[in-house]
Amino acid sequence: MAIYLKGVMVALKGLPRTLQVSAFALVVGIVLGLFLALAKMSGSKVLKVLASVYIEVIRSTPMIAQALIMAYGVPMILQSKGINFKWGNLLIPALIVCGLNSAAYMAEVIRSGIQAIDKGQIEAAHSLGMSKRQVNMLIVLPQAFKIVIPALVNELVTLIKETSILAYVGVVEVIRSAQLWNATTFETFPAYVGAAVVYFIVCFPMSKGVQYLEKRLSADKPVKKSETEKSEGKGGIR
Amino acid sequence: MIEAKNIHKHFTDLHAVKGVSITVKDGDVLSIIGPSGSGKSTFLRCLNHLETPDGGEVYVDGELVTEDNLQNVRAKMAMVFQNFNLFDNLTVLGNITVAPIHVRKQSKEEAEKRAMELLKLVGLEEKAHVYPRNLSGGQKQRVAIARALAMDPEVILFDEPTSALDPEMVGEVLEVMKKLAASGMTMLVVTHEMGFAREVSDEVIFMDAGEIVESGDSEEIFGNPKTERLKAFLNKVLK
Repeated sequence: MAIYLKGVMVALKGLPRTLQVSAFALVVGIVLGLFLALAKMSGSKVLKVLASVYIEVIRSTPMIAQALIMAYGVPMILQSKGINFKWGNLLIPALIVCGLNSAAYMAEVIRSGIQAIDKGQIEAAHSLGMSKRQVNMLIVLPQAFKIVIPALVNELVTLIKETSILAYVGVVEVIRSAQLWNATTFETFPAYVGAAVVYFIVCFPMSKGVQYLEKRLSADKPVKKSETEKSEGKGGIR
Repeated sequence: MIEAKNIHKHFTDLHAVKGVSITVKDGDVLSIIGPSGSGKSTFLRCLNHLETPDGGEVYVDGELVTEDNLQNVRAKMAMVFQNFNLFDNLTVLGNITVAPIHVRKQSKEEAEKRAMELLKLVGLEEKAHVYPRNLSGGQKQRVAIARALAMDPEVILFDEPTSALDPEMVGEVLEVMKKLAASGMTMLVVTHEMGFAREVSDEVIFMDAGEIVESGDSEEIFGNPKTERLKAFLNKVLK
């Protein structure tokens, strides 16, 4: 039993790095994702296409390929062009890849949140003389973010698990910690079970939290009235 | 003064508004009545370019409305919607003050003081810190009217303001609108409330199939309709 506990303790040592990368990717993802979402919904065809291409390329390729390209491929191609480039710390490409990757997913989440906002409120805001920017900042985005909070937390859970592939590009996070311990002790089963336990301890409460949030947010929402009919002559003189 | 000249609006295969012109003098109440689908709401929405007209011009105090001065013009032409369209993320007070603060650049204190006066006017002072989801339909619409008034508009456009209300709440909203009319507010009202239109309007326009069929003061329209279409319409809705 003690050896399993040891396995968990070893994996735990990698947890701060895992959380650090995930948190960074979350923030970059939200900010960049917001811009991508706005670009995709903008009137400009060029912006729309650029954002769509970015989102689709990222979502249709595995993060491990993106990580390998960024960590090893990019320095290689630059060196072959005579540019002396090396990542000072392999954490840097890892952070970049996770941020860029999560942005693509966040963009879709945020876009769906924005599109869920009642069009009537947007019209009302315009009818009061607000600029497009004001409508977005004051009315649309605050509501959209509230709607997408559960989805964003889900994204974070996914991110935490996904960062495990950074073990392959030299970042000592949870999985890499387990691998290194396994390499010296050959305690393969306790090492990887320990890593799995650590992910579970972090992710399970968050998933439960999302369920709770979703329930609360939907309870908050007023019952949507069915489209009021504009029946003719309703009432007449009162 | 609001002037609309020869407004046209097409949707994909529908010519919704066919060359409608109106003039509304300051302090007047103009009601637009007509069957559903007659283009009256679309016409109203063309005035502040929520629907961009395909043809025609709108003048507010002699100034032609264009894409460039749209924000300014809209700030002078408040609108009250059928479905209230209150901002769900803001309290009642926030709903009323957001545009005065951000569009009119009033201070928060100034805007809130004015908002409280307006809430008193519509009888909802005690709801200032409540969110829209906790209001009844009639209360929401009264807040929406206060929100419109907070911009000190030259005119308020009402787009079927009572059509989404339960019958017992229609009265409270009409009361507020009557108060406004009596205070000299310029109002354009698309409505199915014939009693209201008859009582408060300086002029009534009857629209059908995208055109003005008949217009006149409320006694002429309701007491002495001339066209067959208006007679048929009134017969149907007043019975």
